[in-house]
Amino acid sequence: MTTVARDPVTAADPTPPAAKPAAGPSRHRFRAVAGFAFGAALLFAVAPLLLSDFRLSLLAKYLCVAMVAIGIGLAWGRGGMLALGQGVFFGLGGYAMAMHLKLADAGPGNMPDFMLLYGQLDELPLWWRPFASPWFALPATVLLPMAVAFVLGSLVFRRRVRGAYFAILSQALAAAMVILLIGQQGTTGGTNGLTDIQGFFGYDLDDPVNQRMVYFIIAGTLLALLALTRHLMQSRYGELLVAVRDGEERVRFLGYDPATVKLVAYVVAAGMAGLAGALFVPAVGIISPAMIGIVPSIEFVIGVAIGGRATLLGPVLGAVAVAWARTALSERFPGTWTYLQGLLFVVVVAFLPGGLASLVGLLRRGDGERRPGWLRRSRRTEAEAS
Amino acid sequence: MTVLIGQLFTGVSIGAVLLLIALGLALTFGQMGVINMAHGEFIMAGAYTTFVLQQVITAAGWSLLIALPVAFVVAGAMGVLLEILLIRRLYARPLDTLLVTWGVSLILQQLARDIFGSPNVQTRAPELLTGNIALPGGITVANNRLFILALAGGAVVALTVALRVTPLGRRIRAVVQNRDLAAVSGIATARVDRMTFFIGSGLAGIAGVALTLLGPIGPTMGTNLIIDAFLVVVVGGIGQLKGTVIVAFALGVLQASGEYLTTLSVAKVMVFVAIVAFLQWRPQGMFTLRTRSLA
Repeated sequence: MTTVARDPVTAADPTPPAAKPAAGPSRHRFRAVAGFAFGAALLFAVAPLLLSDFRLSLLAKYLCVAMVAIGIGLAWGRGGMLALGQGVFFGLGGYAMAMHLKLADAGPGNMPDFMLLYGQLDELPLWWRPFASPWFALPATVLLPMAVAFVLGSLVFRRRVRGAYFAILSQALAAAMVILLIGQQGTTGGTNGLTDIQGFFGYDLDDPVNQRMVYFIIAGTLLALLALTRHLMQSRYGELLVAVRDGEERVRFLGYDPATVKLVAYVVAAGMAGLAGALFVPAVGIISPAMIGIVPSIEFVIGVAIGGRATLLGPVLGAVAVAWARTALSERFPGTWTYLQGLLFVVVVAFLPGGLASLVGLLRRGDGERRPGWLRRSRRTEAEAS
Repeated sequence: MTVLIGQLFTGVSIGAVLLLIALGLALTFGQMGVINMAHGEFIMAGAYTTFVLQQVITAAGWSLLIALPVAFVVAGAMGVLLEILLIRRLYARPLDTLLVTWGVSLILQQLARDIFGSPNVQTRAPELLTGNIALPGGITVANNRLFILALAGGAVVALTVALRVTPLGRRIRAVVQNRDLAAVSGIATARVDRMTFFIGSGLAGIAGVALTLLGPIGPTMGTNLIIDAFLVVVVGGIGQLKGTVIVAFALGVLQASGEYLTTLSVAKVMVFVAIVAFLQWRPQGMFTLRTRSLA
């Protein structure tokens, strides 16, 4: 497992190829496949056997957060784009799925229960109607977030809005989205969100067997996303993305278009967040503005930072660990959890920017000499980059 | 016409609050490239300072007046502490300061909850500021809004004078324009950074005092304001105050008129779209210092 996590660091490292460990590509591939099989066994065999139904559904929820984290790892860790508004894409995917499930619950021609409750509408709003069809709703959970990310990204990256500016903008997007959802209570459920989702394509979600099925779908999707991301990171595109992160102007002078490179990573990350949101809905049974606003959006990032932003597995493990710690601590000591979360942000980002994955690297090599490129950058270039 | 002017005034007073918050951010972001998410919690500190002072000094007018300098020093001291303990180590990684200071803001919010309790508290406004003034033409303006407008105006003037005239202001401008050159010219840039942080955070404290006149004081009062204030800084451009001033009022008026024409939620989205569109035209913000940096 750690091998997979280490590969990206090696790839990110601008030391000459001669310094790389003498492992052929075939051996790399073998290790990746072995790690992948190990992860699959863990998720598909060990976890369902050891965990109770309740714990397993919690794990399903954490794995959804981990999917968002993979995307953030790609956009932020590899691409240098601090995407603080991933909640928006998570929410778009979640709402698209929830709208379909609500309509399916209500039955053909009926309105979802909350619309009748608020009683502001006589008939289903126009923009709800396509979501009655799974052929529209399912692709929309991924394509809608990607489309929004594409529009925002192509506007913003092309004009070279970056660094802190981009982070603030993405955060403002999350704020605007939440206010919009809450304001349109009659059609979006307002603060409550879309709640009380009963069925999932004909399966009753109250049945533990079906909850298990949802868990397996989520675990499978997570593994698929990991494989996709590994492929992206190791491709020529992955190298280019890191190059853009470390020296955007240099890449431009080499004849590439950094805006497109960044756009791809941002859109892929948005699609992953959308997919995560869509799968989160059947696992938890609710989607609400409280899960997608500024605060949850930034909380997606902390797991990535803790696990190791530039690695493949770091974000996943970090996100699951943070989500687990939150459940374990926040129920009993809500105040303590807030302090701990704050401290995690401070300590990890300030003093361990490579995340826990960099600790593994330090232990393995016994020295801190091989640091990722962005730790070596001079103050001057960074200051100008901002 | 009356409605129009009334809306305009609402917009200007929203802008004044934004301006008070954004001034401090513009200073620290402009000079150090640091994104201080804990700025919102310095606002909260200023507001709670007013609350505590009112427990001691019961005359609302006096406690408010005394709160202004006290809140400035309290919030400023918190800012300096933050700079010394954390931000100083992170100047090479401006994006990471955002996450670190977010953690600090979580801690400060929880501290406020533990000290003052989670429910919001309220201060009494002085009599003088509770009424309205009727202007000719049937327009009424709330006194507290006028006071905040005056406060924001005063802060801009004071800051402008300080930056133009005082030795510290000269050093700050030098560091903003070219940090390396300022350093080799014998300016202690680290000390200047610390002073800038003191002033910027102190301004957040003053904004906190002003906000006690408009609504309740709570642990999360800063979070909602900080994003809007950062947008002002991003759109205004860094290194000069006039961009911040213009954009704060422009966004305030845009927000108020959008709210009047549609709803609050649609107005927020409109403002966001307007900002993205504006950045297409001027990606570096309204005004910016010319530099030769490549980045």
